[in-house]
Amino acid sequence: MMSQLDELYQEVILDHNKSPRNFGALDSANLQAEGHNPLCGDKVKVFIEIQKGLIRNVTFQGAGCAISTASASLMTESLKGKTVQEARKLMDSFHDLVTGQDEESYSCEIGKLAVFEGVKKYPVRVKCATLAWHTLQAALNQDKAPVTTE
Amino acid sequence: MDSPGVITQAALDVDRVRQDFPILHEQVYGIDLVYLDNAATTQKPRTVIEAVTNYYSVGNANVHRAVHRLSQVATEAYEGARVKVQRLINAADSREIVWLRGVTEGINLIANGLSAQFKPGDEIVVSNMEHHSNIVPWQMLCQRTGAVLRVIPIDESGQLEMDRFEELLGPRTKLVSVVHVSNALGTVNPVKRIVDLAHERGIPVVIDGAQCVQHYPVDVQELDCEFYAISGHKMYAPTGIGALYGKADWLERLPPYQGGGDMILSVSFEGTTYNEIPFKFEAGTPHIAGAIGMGAAVDYLLSLGLENIASYEHDLLEYATEQALQIPGLQIVGTADKKSSVLSFTIDRVHPHDIGTILDQQGIAIRTGHHCAQPVMDRYQIPATARISLCFYNTRQEIDAAFAALRKVQEVFS
Repeated sequence: MMSQLDELYQEVILDHNKSPRNFGALDSANLQAEGHNPLCGDKVKVFIEIQKGLIRNVTFQGAGCAISTASASLMTESLKGKTVQEARKLMDSFHDLVTGQDEESYSCEIGKLAVFEGVKKYPVRVKCATLAWHTLQAALNQDKAPVTTE
Repeated sequence: MDSPGVITQAALDVDRVRQDFPILHEQVYGIDLVYLDNAATTQKPRTVIEAVTNYYSVGNANVHRAVHRLSQVATEAYEGARVKVQRLINAADSREIVWLRGVTEGINLIANGLSAQFKPGDEIVVSNMEHHSNIVPWQMLCQRTGAVLRVIPIDESGQLEMDRFEELLGPRTKLVSVVHVSNALGTVNPVKRIVDLAHERGIPVVIDGAQCVQHYPVDVQELDCEFYAISGHKMYAPTGIGALYGKADWLERLPPYQGGGDMILSVSFEGTTYNEIPFKFEAGTPHIAGAIGMGAAVDYLLSLGLENIASYEHDLLEYATEQALQIPGLQIVGTADKKSSVLSFTIDRVHPHDIGTILDQQGIAIRTGHHCAQPVMDRYQIPATARISLCFYNTRQEIDAAFAALRKVQEVFS
């Protein structure tokens, strides 16, 4: 029982929750979006600076649970230097990871994000893990309206 | 009643009571279930489960329809349950009890029915601690009519600022609608005083009793409110059933809520004569099994005695509050003088959602989130709380288990 819990709250997740990376607004952002998880009231803003199709910088702001904060933090780290297309592929792979799809279905390497594998055993927490990614997608699609996980 | 009935000794045998609830002997993840989410929904005693099963097994027929025997049996059970609800809240007449799905539908019925009487600039007073079900229907009414919603503020402890309430009551105030007991904070509001102040100015009052009738004796005649809404599933009855009390003259004046069968006396294509109260609000085949189950829940509550329940639960809340105060970094949200057995709290650096998951893994069910009361969260500038809500089948041992689990939460996030 507790080992399943340890699998969810891995050290890396707890660390990113405590000290989120790339936290704050980004003045140079040319894309941004806001996401909302009505289930728990979590809100996140994602800021992206894109130049010539490359993600130069990503930051986030917001308050959420450990899973959602760590997910946003690790997402920002993993996106820098990627093309928009690569970012979208990574998002698909991350979604497959936390919803428990076969590893073969991952469209690209997920690297450090593998720490979120434990989420698949907690269906009600999948939305926490994917909030930042949904928001990223909205920013990349330049959606004006806030997205929700519903 | 504004205050919990306090008697010196709890006359409630919790071990025996627990035997009445089959689900309390279930396990989750191989651990004994500790169910501390009673403000969301209560578990059902065997008598309620059996009343529902019995109706479907041997008494199933439609009500108010046929001359056959089963229909008469079903009608008697259904109408008998209405009288039980009438007695629970001491309504003067069973015609004043309308069967509905719950408080949400009750408030929507009133808001729809009163709509035509509202003009632009008219005011409806609610409080800052309302459940969304006592906010959104009024906002919808405001959108239709140009009426305006006014809000009674709450102080840091989670009590209504009654001076401000009085100031809000003015010539434009057409209605007051307040919660009796807050689901998010546990505050027991001085509803009798609210009704008196409103009535001095000729203003009718709606009370959301969803979190009250299962904890304290309620007497709608003494309160003198115009409407009082309750939900079955929060008082040990099935989901999908509830009741709206309305003073007979008010119910008479309200137009029907939905049109259909059972709410009519006669129908022709030239026009329809509506049925009498309460039937004119009960279009379509009702939730007969639910109503019968709710009647059984009333019997169960009255057999334990609401004053015994209030006393036992008050003791549990005090015990849980003492435990909570010993956890460093834990803040209780809602510290009103008069509180039902709800303990809402936050823990430094730990989001309530994470608290909920870690407790769940230890077999402990609590609620985390905004509790359908986002304005309360905004008032305290927090996104959410964790909430332990206790009732008469909970024990001190269960509270100990919850606080041991909370210490585990702090370990994980240390």
